[in-house]
Amino acid sequence: MKSLLARGSELASPKEQLRILSEVSSRKGLPLFEEKLQEIGSFPLRPTGIDILQVNVGKLCNQSCKHCHVDAAPDRKEVMSKETMQECLVALASPNITTLDITGGAPEMNPNFKWFVEEASKLGKKILVRCNLTIVLAGEKYRGLPEFFAKHRVEVISSLPYFQKRRTDAQRGEGVFDRSVQALQKLNEIGYGIPGSGLILNLVYNPGGAFLPGGQSTLESDFKRELKQHFGVEFNSLFALTNMPISRFLEFLLESGNLDSYLEKLVTTFNPSAAAGVMCRNTLSVGWDGSLYDCDFNQMLDMQLEGEVTKISDFNQASLDARAIRLEQHCYGCTAGAGSSCGGSLA
Amino acid sequence: MSQNNTYYHPEDLKKFGNIGEFQPDLAKKFFDYYGSVFADGALSAKEKSLIALAVAHVVQCPYCIDAYTTDTLEKGATEEQLWEAIHVGAAIRGGASLVHSVQALNKVKELGI
Repeated sequence: MKSLLARGSELASPKEQLRILSEVSSRKGLPLFEEKLQEIGSFPLRPTGIDILQVNVGKLCNQSCKHCHVDAAPDRKEVMSKETMQECLVALASPNITTLDITGGAPEMNPNFKWFVEEASKLGKKILVRCNLTIVLAGEKYRGLPEFFAKHRVEVISSLPYFQKRRTDAQRGEGVFDRSVQALQKLNEIGYGIPGSGLILNLVYNPGGAFLPGGQSTLESDFKRELKQHFGVEFNSLFALTNMPISRFLEFLLESGNLDSYLEKLVTTFNPSAAAGVMCRNTLSVGWDGSLYDCDFNQMLDMQLEGEVTKISDFNQASLDARAIRLEQHCYGCTAGAGSSCGGSLA
Repeated sequence: MSQNNTYYHPEDLKKFGNIGEFQPDLAKKFFDYYGSVFADGALSAKEKSLIALAVAHVVQCPYCIDAYTTDTLEKGATEEQLWEAIHVGAAIRGGASLVHSVQALNKVKELGI
């Protein structure tokens, strides 16, 4: 599957995506997200600080998943430069920031990925990498990745939409499940996901269609039992994430006729306690060109930060802490049901 | 036939909660009971959802089939689990018919020489 951009789709435009969400909301009489926050006294939504610097080092990926909110694919060329990574490292040195969360695309495909991890490691910060697993088997260039991760005590967070081949391959591409399992076995071999090793391997579940993720702990039990029984695979925790109605998942919702009902479901299952813990409150998101956003989803919708600081080169904690978080209808994706964030359920 | 001339509308599923409009006390009792029945207990919520899906097919309730197909997927059930649950319902339904054939058998024997 090519990216929306390569296909010349209108949905490649963030403005068009936002227009569609707004049009459906208006036609179905759905309240604005900020109105929902007003009802519970949480508007404007303010940051609680910046604990996590989430850096999207590019849209280049060896996979092209049907639900990808980044529209990442092998045909995407955007990658973060070494200079911008250096600027991220300057911000990362701030004592308040505890964690660097590296995402993409396939972040490992950025030519300066290893250098970035090594430099961040010297700062003594916790480092997370959103690894799509199959990259580990994508050729000689990437073969030593598990050992590299282990050397720098990188926490690996990997998407595996389901513990069976059919649903995983339908979402992420033919053959992805088998290669993902092989990669997990490789990671297990060097200690990742094995109790007592200190090497953390977390998996990310997201639904294979237009429905919400169910209880995270039940899903985690199912994943652990099935992966261990059939493939001998172990991991630490499962994060259940809701599919965000933007980009390629929005394309699926439109083409399958599910958009109206999906958006209605997100709104009707709005959970105030999830709203209090949304990831944008303690995370700063950096785009491949150094632009700043409240979260990775706002980044993909081109909704830059409000206020004067809009580039990582101008990082200023006090100014960033005073901002109001930008909100649109897609934000319902993080507050539906048990809530959803890069670290899993919220409530 | 236009949608307005049918008894079942997918949109009506969302209005289930409105059945208390004219008799709120009884509706509340029902929904409280309903909520308790489907909570995790000796059976998990997922197992209960699969049972509900089987029963939905037996009673042929389109609203219930819609709701519990979605619910079982949300609870992480596999397609194989969904269909096995449906077959359990179908087997009981078919068996319930066939077991009555014992009566027919008895009658045949009663009437025969």
